[in-house]
Amino acid sequence: MEYQIFLGCTIPARQVNYEISARKVATALGIDLVDREFGCCGFPAEPLDEVKAIGMATVNLMKAAEMDLPVVALCSACGEMLSKAELVLDDEATLKKVNRTLKKTLETEYNGAKPKILHFARMLYEQYGVEKIKEKVVRPLNLKIATHPGCHYVRPKEFFQEFDDPEFPVSLDKLVEATGAEAVEYIGKTDCCGGGLLAVNENIAKAMTAKKLNTLQGKADAIVLACPFCGIMFDKYQKTLEEELETTYGIPVLYVTQLLGLALGVPPDDLGFDVNTVPVEELLEKVMQ
Amino acid sequence: MVEVQSIIDIGKSDTRFLRTLSKELGSAQLTKCFQCGVCTASCPVREVEANFNPRKIMKLAKLGLKDEVFKSDFIWLCSMCFMCHERCPQDVKPPDVMTVLKNMAAKEGKAPPNLVKVLKILEENGRVYLIDDFTEEEREDLELPGLEPEPEFVKKIAEA
Repeated sequence: MEYQIFLGCTIPARQVNYEISARKVATALGIDLVDREFGCCGFPAEPLDEVKAIGMATVNLMKAAEMDLPVVALCSACGEMLSKAELVLDDEATLKKVNRTLKKTLETEYNGAKPKILHFARMLYEQYGVEKIKEKVVRPLNLKIATHPGCHYVRPKEFFQEFDDPEFPVSLDKLVEATGAEAVEYIGKTDCCGGGLLAVNENIAKAMTAKKLNTLQGKADAIVLACPFCGIMFDKYQKTLEEELETTYGIPVLYVTQLLGLALGVPPDDLGFDVNTVPVEELLEKVMQ
Repeated sequence: MVEVQSIIDIGKSDTRFLRTLSKELGSAQLTKCFQCGVCTASCPVREVEANFNPRKIMKLAKLGLKDEVFKSDFIWLCSMCFMCHERCPQDVKPPDVMTVLKNMAAKEGKAPPNLVKVLKILEENGRVYLIDDFTEEEREDLELPGLEPEPEFVKKIAEA
């Protein structure tokens, strides 16, 4: 199996533990990842200028289509933006506007490229398969895991060919269960992490994160997620929230690829745990016993 | 006696604003909104900020009350989680309406400074986070592939 990997801006700069662990998991599973010179997916430009955002996504789509390989995105926002572009470019008025921008800036136009875009976790779930992952588990994990699917991983469902249920997503849980861990149910599982509001209203963003952390206090050994914005909110902001709210959460936050890496026998030192903010030592001890 | 605090003044309806909304893909379904409130009931932002009310924004926009819509920072508080999008019985696509409204507000210079800054950064660097020497060295140490430091196409589109 071979895929083009789409890293986006945030992961290599701020959440490299996600990238490292994804590459290790791919190697452990025999999946080849091809690195390309993609640029920003366009998502950060969307609130100000959707045409520019779609324009950036379009250039990436055309680059991707130069190779006959599907694209896997680690970041849910990148995956969503690229998938959105593929859909809305079918709209004549949108296409016209995007082409006007592309013509003006790059002397190019959309060529109809429609490469297959998948989130990395979706690829594992849908194309590689949970059963095949189970067969490769060498270190079954005796952990209770709360998955946080996040928004742009499954919603809007039409962007993602409805591969998972937008109200009751199961794919991350199935991947977690493949490791032997228990995926715990909890109220508010599909709630947004708040990350999308960080630049606009930090307090609201943090309140949304705190709400989920409050629900999960003492109920799970770790939160498992698949988006760098969610990772920043739950991992990087957890300590700040503990101080502000005078409480202790102490819930490690792992990328699904870090969890899978542990189960697949990748040494913890090779999974980027030094980038994690919430201490993971106790968790790793439990895993390595 | 019932005290009425604010009455919507339909006389202030902006027909040009309405025409633009009807033409944009994201807001083309807005007229179908029948104010059921499932958006507000599904909204995770509202759960922590009681003043945020997407249903109200849909109503004001549908009535063409542009100034009312842009008066508060409400449109910027939609986190784009798409839960209301999944549940809306009229397929109004409230988050897409929000994006259209945000884009219009931004054109009038009413975007939050931090978001304006992000686009500026894309214009200058082609990336949201600069790949500095430290990051590059770190990637080398970790045996991660090199990155294109400043994608030109992103810069060009951002500054258009």
